[in-house]
Amino acid sequence: MIAAHLPALQIVVPLLAAPLCLLLRRGALAWGLALVVSWATLAMSAMLLSQVLQDGVISYALGDWAAPWGIEYRVDSVNAFVLLIVAAVGAVILPYARRSVAHEIPAEQHSAFYTAFLLCLTGLLGVAITGDAFNLFVFLEISSLSSYVLIALGRDRRALTAAFQYLVMGTIGATFIVIGIGLLYMVTGTLNMADLALRLPPLGPNRTVLVAFAFLTVGASLKLALFPLHIWLPNAYTYAPSAVTGFLAATATKVAVYILLRFFFTVFGFSFYIGALTLQNLLIPLAVLAVLVCSTVAIFQDNIKRMLAYSSLAQIGYMILGIGMATPTGLTAGIVHLFNHAMMKGGLFLALGCVALRVGSVRLESMQGLGRTMPWTMFAFVLGGLSLIGVPLTAGFISKWYLVQAALEQDSWMLAILVLVGSLLSIIYVWRVVEVAYLRPAPPGAAAVREAPLSMLIPTWVLIGASIYFGIDTSLTVGVARQAAIMLMGGTP
Amino acid sequence: MRRHLVLRVTTKLLMPFILLFALYVQFHGDFGPGGGFQAGVIFGAGFILYALVYGVENARQVAPDPVIRVIIAAGLLLYVGVGFAGLFLGGKFLDYNVLASDPVSGQHLGILLVEFGVGTTVAATMITIFFTFAGRGQDGS
Repeated sequence: MIAAHLPALQIVVPLLAAPLCLLLRRGALAWGLALVVSWATLAMSAMLLSQVLQDGVISYALGDWAAPWGIEYRVDSVNAFVLLIVAAVGAVILPYARRSVAHEIPAEQHSAFYTAFLLCLTGLLGVAITGDAFNLFVFLEISSLSSYVLIALGRDRRALTAAFQYLVMGTIGATFIVIGIGLLYMVTGTLNMADLALRLPPLGPNRTVLVAFAFLTVGASLKLALFPLHIWLPNAYTYAPSAVTGFLAATATKVAVYILLRFFFTVFGFSFYIGALTLQNLLIPLAVLAVLVCSTVAIFQDNIKRMLAYSSLAQIGYMILGIGMATPTGLTAGIVHLFNHAMMKGGLFLALGCVALRVGSVRLESMQGLGRTMPWTMFAFVLGGLSLIGVPLTAGFISKWYLVQAALEQDSWMLAILVLVGSLLSIIYVWRVVEVAYLRPAPPGAAAVREAPLSMLIPTWVLIGASIYFGIDTSLTVGVARQAAIMLMGGTP
Repeated sequence: MRRHLVLRVTTKLLMPFILLFALYVQFHGDFGPGGGFQAGVIFGAGFILYALVYGVENARQVAPDPVIRVIIAAGLLLYVGVGFAGLFLGGKFLDYNVLASDPVSGQHLGILLVEFGVGTTVAATMITIFFTFAGRGQDGS
């Protein structure tokens, strides 16, 4: 019975746990419940992925209302993969959250924190699983509203302005998305994505559809922080609590990229996306600018959290570059990088959270000598950094390998060189941290610093280990990503 | 507001009708315009009017924070609970048909409970938002 209802349970179990967390006034109890639920969620997403890989697309009609009228949850290889990423990151971060949250958030807000965390998880999973365009908007708002709350819980008072800035930008993005969906509903009379995909092509060149496409593209780009719509992201990531930054960096932008993929390739269809609009002419230059500008800005940051935030923006550029090339290899690269970047950036932010716990600051100057006092944390940071650069035998290398391959298939040497330049820039900003942490002695008179507790080191190392493991064994990541890419391009896997 | 006699008396007179109208919008939502969200907002607005005229502290005595917090969670739990009830009775999640002996009364019961869940959560959330903003500066925050 459970297997048949997996798509609904995937969303509803964390949704049910969220109000229960609010009722459990004790923070430790709320944490325990959230932990169990997040692991159950991970198990369900793994079962869903294996079901999809075996039997193909799963459809679940909520309330037993048949598909084009009722809300349909539709799981194929693309969103099963995204579900797995989100659930895995959630399950890894919750064990980490207990110590980190206890350190950074006042005790009376703990149960509210885990409530918001579970709601955010629900929203992100919901965006990924639903096959209904309006339902997608609703889940997007659930995840966004709860992430504004999570960011505002940061210790620094600037977290409030950062959350407000994100609220304004995020609301504009969500509004654009709902306007786009409204326009599509106007011309087709349906909200089901699979049904939309059937009804849009016969309309031919239609101005309303074009406007809807534009609104959806801009709205999703705001949500995924594509350059130059990225202004909200660095502040939000810098001032949010460490566990939240790790979670959002690894999941929220990835889900927004998924929205873009879903609308471009499933709803509008590959031929519309590529034929009528030549959108690559817009997306590829923006992606290139994102990589170059944001990597350069990252070099000049003294707050390491902010540095990693800018690095995230550059990495989003790589994903959009892969999607913009619109070839099977390019799409594979983009989707693989979704996964790989979630692992390495999640791991890096968690390592920084360990530093924040023990040192109290994540500024560059306060990291002097940490290579000796916190060897495990800093070694995790170095490995994550290597993956970010794209050194062979790390996950980052796999993403960049496929990106370069996709660029060379199209004979665009410039793009291949760009990927390498981006890597060179990331060497610079990763090296700045390594130099300070390993080559400079701790300042005299500094308080003794201990290694981070195991409950935080293990989750950090799980993500960092994954970013190494998936650089060596790529059968899961590249295999699923290739199947997803072929399916999105309209072929049969 | 102590000296505004007209406001105080009118508010007191209107209160039962506002709350009753909220309940009408709530439970007549199946047949006419309305539903849980609208009803919740009207219900919450009644409390907000009371708090505006008689002061937040008085309103808080009627609706203490811990109680409101439980009501927020309870509404959502009722909604999800109805969904699970459908699931355990052999239907899909949120399938109302299986809730009663025949589908028509099942649908009726299901939507009534779900909308009631929405209404309670919305009313409690409206009250919380107002209390949070109106209470700022009074307790030193």
